[in-house]
Amino acid sequence: MGQPVLKGTTAGATLVSLSGKQPEVVPLPAAPSKPLLAKLLPWGRSALVNLLPPLITVALILLFWQLAAHGPQSSLPPPTKIWEEAKDLITEPFYWAGSQDIGLGWRILVSLQRVAIGFSLAAVVGVLLGALVGQSVWAMRGLDPVFQVLRTVPPLAWLPLSLAAFRDSQPSAIFVIFITAIWPIIINTAVGIRNIPQDYRNVAQVLRLNQIEFFYKIMVPSAAPYIFTGLRIGVGLSWLAIVAAEMLTGGVGIGFFIWDAWNSSRLSDIIVALVYIGVVGFLLDRLVALIGHVVTRGTATN
Amino acid sequence: MGYLKIDHVDKRFQRGAATTEVLKDISLVIDKGEFVSIIGHSGCGKSTLLNIVAGLTPATTGGILLEGKEVNAPGPDRAVVFQNHSLLPWLTVYDNVALAVNKVFGGVKSRAERHDWIMHNLDLVQMGHAKDKRPAEISGGMKQRVGIARGLAMEPKILLLDEPFGALDALTRAHLQDSVMQIHAALGNTMIMITHDVDEAVLLSDRIVMMTNGPSARIGEVLDVHLARPRKRLELVTDRTYIAAREAVLKFLYERHRFVEAA
Ligand SMILES: Nc1ncnc2c1ncn2[C@@H]1O[C@H](COP(=O)(O)OP(=O)(O)OP(=O)(O)O)[C@@H](O)[C@H]1O
Ligand SMILES: [Mg+2]
Repeated sequence: MGQPVLKGTTAGATLVSLSGKQPEVVPLPAAPSKPLLAKLLPWGRSALVNLLPPLITVALILLFWQLAAHGPQSSLPPPTKIWEEAKDLITEPFYWAGSQDIGLGWRILVSLQRVAIGFSLAAVVGVLLGALVGQSVWAMRGLDPVFQVLRTVPPLAWLPLSLAAFRDSQPSAIFVIFITAIWPIIINTAVGIRNIPQDYRNVAQVLRLNQIEFFYKIMVPSAAPYIFTGLRIGVGLSWLAIVAAEMLTGGVGIGFFIWDAWNSSRLSDIIVALVYIGVVGFLLDRLVALIGHVVTRGTATN
Repeated sequence: MGYLKIDHVDKRFQRGAATTEVLKDISLVIDKGEFVSIIGHSGCGKSTLLNIVAGLTPATTGGILLEGKEVNAPGPDRAVVFQNHSLLPWLTVYDNVALAVNKVFGGVKSRAERHDWIMHNLDLVQMGHAKDKRPAEISGGMKQRVGIARGLAMEPKILLLDEPFGALDALTRAHLQDSVMQIHAALGNTMIMITHDVDEAVLLSDRIVMMTNGPSARIGEVLDVHLARPRKRLELVTDRTYIAAREAVLKFLYERHRFVEAA
């Protein structure tokens, strides 16, 4: 694609440099002849540079997978078989044919909704608790050891307790998300708040900002880069936890779909679901990172 | 009498079992509208003294009286222009000043009045044009000017400046010194400024407070600068009073209280 354009430029350039007197003006006359292309070219290049390598990798993986799993004795289905068996799942994420026969898109949305609720709660409570721990030496001494112990408990270990407490799968799953996501948020917020420069505290003191004003005018913006690091880790953990929790609690989420598919030996469906989960998890991470980037652009540049 | 009274202030820092006495028996009376410079070698305790006046650091003994009343907590009546500007990087220039103005005048001035007051103070330091920029996008001198605007906008009884021009090049520095002189002449604020620069001290001050070397720094000498205002830096170069004042400060700093390298 680049080849003919390049040739055209060279031809035009030669022409001008022959007729013109100064060789250094050569590129200028060539520019107006391809204004759109000139704009698209760098954009297309960066898209190419960023998209091509992962596409090649995926193609190679699919190829090797196909070769490795194509024999009749293979226990895992090759990509072609997956396409045959689960084509509707891939091409129609949003079909709806009864309460359990729905597209993977809908299931993902159900899981995302749980994550949204649990994660939002974790974000609010986590930032507040983190602020407390970061701000007060005594709160830190009292709470930090407890947090350090609790945060190592695997998400699913909370599930029986929360099922016993809530007696319902929906709030239990949300609680598991909450308890999984909250620790990195607390810990990173606390570190961010401990790192608020003394200068900012002095400014707040001279202005006599009260606790609430100090919280949202100094603390949160100053600690925002740390808070968003915590949120980003938290959202990743939430997504890990929801799939596992749904396998156990049932319902219509993507996690239960995998469990259900396993029980009826639909391996192809499981593999498609895994891809969905991976892509959505990746997008969630990018979304939080993007929000963080926008929100903290002031703080980060200093 | 006196507008601001620093009354027998001692300051000791305790770290574990070790105690360092930084300031010893500092007493000073400052009149309303006076411009006082504090000069002394690095580490002698100038910032500590200023922070005590600001209320950011408590005095170990002694205290600060403002208009006869003791002050021991920070407040907008003693605005500080910090050594490193201390602008909040996530706020624009305008919002940095607005934070102070809205807090101090929130109940007194209407929204429109506050806006005019913010712009008035930014214009005073010639920063109105950059009101929508963030601190990272403006130069060091501009940041320092915004810091001054923020301090002035609080309409403080006393403006405390901690080496406000320390990190600036000579030209910017001269320019800002002129701005501060103009503002001082126009508004008649009481100002206390810390500086390392002898010329700056003589040019700006009514009185220069010279501190001895720490630890246990004291006020070594206080020099009155009897120079008529407005002062013009170029004319002063050959002025006798100016030269004499300059010499007195230099003598104090480099003969009688030579900077001893910390071991
Ligand atoms: N929080 C503190 N704890 C212990 N010692 C301190 C503390 N703050 C300041 N000091 C000590 O007090 C002394 C004076 O410090 P200060 O910052 O007031 O000096 P300074 O005169 O402003 O110096 P410079 O001109 O370099 O800014 C220093 O020796 C410093 O080590
Ligand atoms: Mg200092």
